[in-house]
Amino acid sequence: MRLVESRATLFVAYAMLSIFAFIALFPIVLLVLNSLKPAAQIVQNPLGLPETIRWENFANAWKHAKFSRTFINSLLVSGTTIVIVCSTSSLTAYVIARKKIESWKILTFYLLATTTAPIQLYIFPLYFGFAKLGMINNIFGVALIYSAIFSPFAVMLMRTYFIAVPKELEEAAIVDGATSWQVFWRVMLPIVSPGILTVALIIGLNSWNEFLIATTFLQKQENTTAVIAFFLLSGQYSSDWGEIMAAALIIVLPVVALFVFMQRRFIEGMAGGAVKG
Amino acid sequence: MHWLYVVPTMIINFVIVLIPALLTVVLAFCNFDGLGMPTYAGLANFQSLAADRVFWVALGNNIIWTAIFLVVPMAMGLLAASMLLIARRGSNFFQIVYFLPVVIATVITARVWQGMIYSPVTGVFGLLKQYGIPITNPLSQPSMALFGVATVDLWHWWGFLCVIFFAALRQVPQEQIEAARIEGATYVQMMRYVMLPAIRPTIMLLMIMTVIWSFLAFDFVYILTQGGPALSSELLSTLAYRNAFYDLNVGRAAAAALVISLFGLVGTFFYVRIQTKEGEQ
Repeated sequence: MRLVESRATLFVAYAMLSIFAFIALFPIVLLVLNSLKPAAQIVQNPLGLPETIRWENFANAWKHAKFSRTFINSLLVSGTTIVIVCSTSSLTAYVIARKKIESWKILTFYLLATTTAPIQLYIFPLYFGFAKLGMINNIFGVALIYSAIFSPFAVMLMRTYFIAVPKELEEAAIVDGATSWQVFWRVMLPIVSPGILTVALIIGLNSWNEFLIATTFLQKQENTTAVIAFFLLSGQYSSDWGEIMAAALIIVLPVVALFVFMQRRFIEGMAGGAVKG
Repeated sequence: MHWLYVVPTMIINFVIVLIPALLTVVLAFCNFDGLGMPTYAGLANFQSLAADRVFWVALGNNIIWTAIFLVVPMAMGLLAASMLLIARRGSNFFQIVYFLPVVIATVITARVWQGMIYSPVTGVFGLLKQYGIPITNPLSQPSMALFGVATVDLWHWWGFLCVIFFAALRQVPQEQIEAARIEGATYVQMMRYVMLPAIRPTIMLLMIMTVIWSFLAFDFVYILTQGGPALSSELLSTLAYRNAFYDLNVGRAAAAALVISLFGLVGTFFYVRIQTKEGEQ
């Protein structure tokens, strides 16, 4: 598609795109740049290139934020959430997409409504209930909360993938004598597996980055996620901004690498779940 | 037996979301310190909120916050998306760059802005001051704190809108664009009379989502200012959180949560209506 002919317009467009790119990248560049500096150099000039590269920032950050523990916690939370959400949501999405039960309309309505329900509406009784059951500081308890919060979104997104599967495939399998479970497990799931991967990426990102639930339900530094360990490190344990930015980079790097590698899925997934019907 | 398929999702959702939400409604009419048993208190929590200046300040801040987010990131997103449409090369690259802040955790985004940009000691703002540009840390000034926090959230957020707008704009039927071109429409006219009307449903949905999200906004205020200085950046969400976990006045927090949900509910009503309408087409 060629929308504009004139070179001048094209120039203006690229100039504006570059300004926006600068806005988006500037803080990220500062993050990377200062993660390599000693604190004294940051005070001198946060924009300057590092005169001496201080790799100890990363070692100190790793130690002080207890990353060898909290990173595993984060992986456990995200991994458990992904497994629970993908397995339960694909079942529900299939039923809703194919209108397999009579109440699919009510169900869709309920799930759409909960995608937008404020966390504040249920976090207080949830917290005191968890406290009574001794579930505070429990990584898997938090994964369960994430699963509940993220699965309506996952169902809605996965539904669009199920809808796209041709009806004939399903009918052919039924004619061949497949049970409903076999149709779902052997026919539908393999076809929608790219959709499941997209959902897994989005849910993984959301649970890796989540703050409010994690900071409320995980209170001991050993039991918390990497993001909350970073929050605690930058809040009280350290005022060395080189070290803080190094800790930030450690958390951000795997996410950014994954995102750049699979950007189409991320963008398609986040946009699709939020906007498409 | 297909209803069995939805049981796992629904059980988890009922236990974590629906039942606690119903309990919140009950708690809003009770006194509860989080330890003993709740006792019935009638409308006392709502009356105490209504009599509290902080509540009205927070509500006002929430409304300002919503207004900012309905205009600024929408305008930035639309502008960038329409420029992406012109640029034939590199639109993929720019999309990745604009989306990058979205995938960075809120806590990290907040600390980078706080320490590396706003701080007068370690940040760029301090550097500007050295060069004689009169600029101070917005987070420490009552008149600026809310906008300082909102700026951080905007940076984190607008790329998401841009990417959605771009996807929507690309789906505008080619014939409509061709027709406008043949009639000699300029690019601005094309945007105004062809593209924007065509993506109106997307704009509507994002505006509704923005209103809902604005009342849920929590992370950046909690991390950057905790509602201060002098309540200047307090939002309903941080007020409710403090009431529950610092003041141990859970009934009052529940009442505040219901007020937040009221705005969410109105938004959700329109959101669900548009979504289900489109889904049936």
